[in-house]
Amino acid sequence: MAQYKLQINGRTYQADVEPDTPLLWVLRDNLGLVGTKYGCGIAQCGACTVHINGEATRSCVLPVSAVAASKITTVEGLSEKGTHPVQVAWDEVDVAQCGYCQAGQMMTAAALLKKNPKPSAAEIDAAMNGNICRCGTYHRIREAVKLASTKMS
Amino acid sequence: MSSTINNNSRRNFLKVGAFAGGGLLLGFNWSTAEAAGTAVLNGTSVAAGGVEFNSYLSIAADGVITILSPNPEIGQNIKTSFPMIVAEELDADWSKIKVVQAALDNKKFERQLTGGSGAVPHSWKRLRNAGATARHLLVEAAANRLKVPASSLTTDKGMVIHAASGKKISYGDLAVDASKLPAPAEVKLKDRKDFKLIGKAVRNVDNKEILTGKPLYGLDVYREGMLIAMIQRPKAFGLKLKSVDTAAVKAMPGIVDVVTFNNNVAVVGKSTWQVKKAKDALKIEYEKDGNLESTSDHDRIFQELLNKPDATVRRKDGDVEAAFKNAAKVIKSEYQCPFLPHSPLEPMNFFAHVKEDSVELIGPTQTPDQARNAASKITGIPAEKITLELTRMGGAFGRRLMADFVSEAVEVSKLVKAPVKLMWTREDDLTGGYYRPAVRYRFEAALDTKGNLIGYKLRGVGMNTGNSTRENNFPSGAVDNLLIDSVEHKSPISTAPWRAPITNFLAFAEQSFLDEVAQAAGKDPVQFRLELLDKAKKAPVGDIKYDIDRMKGVINLAAEKAGWGKKKGVYQGFSVYFSHASYVAQVGEVALVKGKPVLKKVYAAGDCGQVVNLSGARQQVMGGIVDGIGHAMFGNLTFKEGAPQQNNFHNYRLIRLTEVPEVEVHFVDNGIDPTGLGEPALPPTGAAVANAIFKATKKRLRNQPFIEQEPFKGVS
Repeated sequence: MAQYKLQINGRTYQADVEPDTPLLWVLRDNLGLVGTKYGCGIAQCGACTVHINGEATRSCVLPVSAVAASKITTVEGLSEKGTHPVQVAWDEVDVAQCGYCQAGQMMTAAALLKKNPKPSAAEIDAAMNGNICRCGTYHRIREAVKLASTKMS
Repeated sequence: MSSTINNNSRRNFLKVGAFAGGGLLLGFNWSTAEAAGTAVLNGTSVAAGGVEFNSYLSIAADGVITILSPNPEIGQNIKTSFPMIVAEELDADWSKIKVVQAALDNKKFERQLTGGSGAVPHSWKRLRNAGATARHLLVEAAANRLKVPASSLTTDKGMVIHAASGKKISYGDLAVDASKLPAPAEVKLKDRKDFKLIGKAVRNVDNKEILTGKPLYGLDVYREGMLIAMIQRPKAFGLKLKSVDTAAVKAMPGIVDVVTFNNNVAVVGKSTWQVKKAKDALKIEYEKDGNLESTSDHDRIFQELLNKPDATVRRKDGDVEAAFKNAAKVIKSEYQCPFLPHSPLEPMNFFAHVKEDSVELIGPTQTPDQARNAASKITGIPAEKITLELTRMGGAFGRRLMADFVSEAVEVSKLVKAPVKLMWTREDDLTGGYYRPAVRYRFEAALDTKGNLIGYKLRGVGMNTGNSTRENNFPSGAVDNLLIDSVEHKSPISTAPWRAPITNFLAFAEQSFLDEVAQAAGKDPVQFRLELLDKAKKAPVGDIKYDIDRMKGVINLAAEKAGWGKKKGVYQGFSVYFSHASYVAQVGEVALVKGKPVLKKVYAAGDCGQVVNLSGARQQVMGGIVDGIGHAMFGNLTFKEGAPQQNNFHNYRLIRLTEVPEVEVHFVDNGIDPTGLGEPALPPTGAAVANAIFKATKKRLRNQPFIEQEPFKGVS
């Protein structure tokens, strides 16, 4: 076990965990940040996507020891009240069916739009293709990313 | 504080009581509410088959209306559509409705389950009556207060309005008064032209919580003192536990205990990661306990059973042998699909706390009552001492109809005497069982010299499913000579209903085969189906369980919207299917790109009667089509000596965003009472796609997954 100080959503959290513990489980088991989801554990589905220094990253295969002083953002940090353009667009388009994958979908979309606020359809496809939605809300995900793009300031 | 209204007509479906905070708690028995206008006078009526609902609707003094949603939410959007129906008749202000997921409660609710696309059709009138009854009481209360006739009052957005005087009173203000009035014997329901909510696109009531990452799902449950449990199940179907060396694993950090039960080895510890590592380190020996079946065995078994003389006859019309003997042309084809896991993105999990004389259960299940009964059986604690709280579910697709994972959580909690959250890993989910079983169908069609279908045979060879056919579905009723039979193989591999059970593949096989028959008859596939339906209407053969006009309605609508037969540069395929009481026709459109077929678009025309929530309904159809394409194209779970050969999403492929075509959804607007939509859009999809691919390439896809067949073989 080792002590880690983590910079998450603008706050400092402390966790006493084994160094190889994936960030996903530190967030969920130790810090009560359960918005980040487990889907596959091998970086295939994207449900666990968070931002590490602004980059969309799979937290299920990222050992906490590798995170060090990185700035971490989870879905809870996108905005507390759902006012981030991506969250607003996801609500307006009514994307979610079961909703389980959508935190990861939104984190991927938010990272894309931060770097590229006006992505082309092909760029949206390339960015979003790594996130699985088992319910098949892909049409609405595409639409919501486009809508969010119009809301980015 | 609650009391039962004792009214003269003995109709006791409405329990009313003011609660401490001021306001009205209206307790409805949905079931008897529906029957109020008909035969139920004694309040003890139970609908045939025991399928009933109860729920609670409360109105607070501040006008906030709380509707308890009793049914498990798996993404079918029931938590939004049920309250919409109540709110419509209540004339409530939707923005002030608060929807709360109800816990399992046999006293208040009945049929608290999700399955078979059955919730909306079952509850439609009950929910409407519930809303209308409350509205009636609120209007009466306003009439008394304003000293005007009730007939002079209207309602809108949670207000009772007296147009003549311009006076308005809010429901919240009237709630206590209304609670003292006797329940009406009958209530008038709205004309559908007056619907303000029903049929509109209303957003998911849980959007905000979903989009801000709130703890909604079973895996999000964390309780004081809770331990995490994972289970190593036998690695192949047909193996049993021989021995396990637990000492090394027990000594690993964070591990509290290792326990065994029913061939399972459960590792229990303080954190998910520690438990996962310990589980992976287990050294277990197994021994044979039954047949260790491989996929190649299934292929052989299918061939044997296809020719078995003593099949179970499911339907027989006319003289099928004579029809085939006299046929000008006979078409014969076989279709097969593999095993599929359900793979909801949230893997199986459940929280259980077995105490001395009670049990607390929390988690995702489609069948909470069955889950509680399982817990009662294991612990010997009576069901009334077991609470079950439902969480939102990260998908289910039929997997959570099973209670195995609830039983496991209860077993472990009982053994370690602690609150436990049992969690399946993705590998557990793909390899641990309950699958859509493989099935093989053989179809035969006899045509006369004019290309008329004079004989039809179907044999289904299923596994663990009993009847693998739907013998009364189309084209039954339209063919004079018909024989449908089935044979079953009992496999040790565990199987379960999978979204649109049986029809998820039967529809593909049947609608692809009818395409083959139309081609052999030299007929247009749409015309061919319409002619059969006309024949069924004019001269029905035997029992017809589908509505011929409604089926024709979706066929015509899909053909019209897709511009059937009128387009250049694309190849179209047609499919139509009736399942779970709804009708869906689809047209698949394929283009050839460098000689390879590319799926460009799917048009869907659905008839589920009155659409309740247009947003949810459209997404159920779009999602069903995506699901249908994905599993037809890629889904494949194979076995080697009883062991599943795919264990995570790197070797078990799910459809991704760039693989979905454009989808266009239309609904028939006929105002018929609604039927379900969680399943019916999926069955027709595979054939709409495969029939279009045939038109483009002349390659007939008869087996799934498509990716392993021509013309896709070798394409990534």
